[in-house]
Amino acid sequence: MSTQSQNLTLVQAVRDGLKSEMERDDDVLVLGEDVGTNGGVFRATEGLLEAFGEDRVIDTPLAESGIVGTAIGMAAYGFRPVPELQFSGFMYPAFDQIVSHAARLRTRSRGRFTCPMVVRAPYGGGIRAPEHHSESKEAFYTHEPGLKVVVPSTPYDTKGLLAASIRDPDPVVFLEPKLIYRAFREDVPEEPYTVELGEAAVRREGEDLSVFTWGAMTRPTLEAADSVAEDGIDCEVVDLRTLSPMDTDAIVESFKKTGRAVVVHEAPKTGGLAGEITATIQEEALYYQEAPINRVTGFDVPYPLYALEDYYLPEDTRIEDAIRETHGV
Amino acid sequence: MSARRDPRDRVQVLDEDGRVREGATVPDIDDESLVEMYREMRLARHFDARAVSLQRQGRMGTYPPLSGQEAAQVGSAMALSDGDWLFPSYREHAAAHVRGVGLERTLRYWMGDERGNALDDVNVFPVAVPIATQVLHATGAAWAADLRGDDAAVLCYFGDGATSEGDFHEGLNFAGVFDVPAVFFCNNNQWAISVPRERQSASATLAQKAHAYGFEGVLVDGMDPLAVYQVTSEALSKAKDPDPVADDAPGRATRPTLVEAIQYRFGAHTTADDPSVYRDDDEVERWKRKDPIPRLEAYLREQGLLDDESVDAIEAEVETEVKAAIDAAERTERPVPADMFDHAYAERTRRLDEQATALERLRERYGDEELLE
Repeated sequence: MSTQSQNLTLVQAVRDGLKSEMERDDDVLVLGEDVGTNGGVFRATEGLLEAFGEDRVIDTPLAESGIVGTAIGMAAYGFRPVPELQFSGFMYPAFDQIVSHAARLRTRSRGRFTCPMVVRAPYGGGIRAPEHHSESKEAFYTHEPGLKVVVPSTPYDTKGLLAASIRDPDPVVFLEPKLIYRAFREDVPEEPYTVELGEAAVRREGEDLSVFTWGAMTRPTLEAADSVAEDGIDCEVVDLRTLSPMDTDAIVESFKKTGRAVVVHEAPKTGGLAGEITATIQEEALYYQEAPINRVTGFDVPYPLYALEDYYLPEDTRIEDAIRETHGV
Repeated sequence: MSARRDPRDRVQVLDEDGRVREGATVPDIDDESLVEMYREMRLARHFDARAVSLQRQGRMGTYPPLSGQEAAQVGSAMALSDGDWLFPSYREHAAAHVRGVGLERTLRYWMGDERGNALDDVNVFPVAVPIATQVLHATGAAWAADLRGDDAAVLCYFGDGATSEGDFHEGLNFAGVFDVPAVFFCNNNQWAISVPRERQSASATLAQKAHAYGFEGVLVDGMDPLAVYQVTSEALSKAKDPDPVADDAPGRATRPTLVEAIQYRFGAHTTADDPSVYRDDDEVERWKRKDPIPRLEAYLREQGLLDDESVDAIEAEVETEVKAAIDAAERTERPVPADMFDHAYAERTRRLDEQATALERLRERYGDEELLE
């Protein structure tokens, strides 16, 4: 390969993605709580203040609606703000601004004003955090027309998807699975590149059964697929990467091949995206179906404190169990 | 600028009879603009009556009237320069018209046609219905203008009820911290639907809340267009060309101002509201004695800028303009269904294409008449 690459964790890829987009485009700026001097509570913005100065890496007052609402005004004025909300569990004060305004500004003004903004937030469970630090509420945002929703699962994708989100003309909610912020490293090119929004990635090809997942659930799903492979069950693992707009073509194509599906997500079952994926399969590939579709999800309970978190989160054994059950029907 | 104002002292230029108050300074406005100010206020009053009537006749949807609030809107919007920005809530039809938004477009918006909000050629943000949310957009845009080095300020409208919202606090707090060129203009019309001003805040004035954010708050008679013009002009020039921080400054922010314009809405909150449930006629009559239109008219007659003939001519012009706008809005063809699919994103997603196509198939099969029955 002619280009230089670096071996980065997922959170380092966030930082690298921000840095390379800020170098490319002077209109890109970062704002949020502790993003400047402190470099972000997860170090996702480390070094950016020194590199780009305080007009582009802005420590704000502690106010989520204020951060997102002012970013909307900046975006409408022509900037490409990337507000960071410290944890996705603290996005709700900004929810009104995201759904009532960011999502609707293009429609409301017939395109005169747009909102090319990326709201970044660490999301998901598994890090032994206090209350409100572990939820997965992607479905709140996928349900809102006008927004795009992205969840990366690898360092390479993180940089490319973040770049694509920043360059996108519409608002993107970019949810970063913090459980795997530092779980593994991957070669990431130093130069800017994009991974197109709305395209799923087949992480493992297989013939017998499709597993659809995203974010931090991708790794335990792949482990489960490896494990059942020893017994001759050949799983295809599809990482959706973008949850809105969802790559329904990839879902349907994989299902038509295998006729069986398991959907894995951390979020609660009821109203979760597994239902949307299942309905899409029903609409577009019912006659290929050979077994009930199995949903492996968080439970319909408030996210538990961490003494019980491991029961709540799907992990490889639960996923493997569901795969065997669906395969055996 | 002169010594800072106490946010409990109400700025007034004209008394209730349109005479210049003792010791008051008339703002520097040329004669033509003064007559224009009067014309805009007359236009707004007539438009408002016709809009309410259209709603009553079933020719328009729910509409928020502005009658009584013309001076606050016209006086402040006329203080803006070409490069400045206006962030309305949902009642500022008169301010928007001053900035070049045609009445026809305002009517189309309230007739349910989103194209009425497509303001390609003016620095006016679209209507914001959720209370106080636009305060943050205004702060962000003012901040952006400052970062760009543009010679522009932002004027943001909201009501007395909005000052109770979190976004009001966050917007003014950010504006102070980042010292952005914004004027926050509170149309205190005494009632947030049925809840009186006293129930919104224990503060003696809303203007004094500015001090907590580190900048100046100004109280003005919002039914005196000259006073409104004066304080808004001063606030806008301070936003763009701030004074150094004075010893008596409420804080370290030099650019933003909170203006509280005391006024009254003569009519209902919207056409869906019945104000007789929560306020008595005596109160309305008391406030009607402060009506901004006869006040400005008396002043302009006194100055020799208006007489019976010119007032009649203005009334005739205003009626013609409103009638033409209503005709044009009602003649406009309904938007086509594709319109709602085309603006959700820069490009239609696959799902949106499928849904738009499915709807077109239904229209072809059944026709709009049967489909919308």
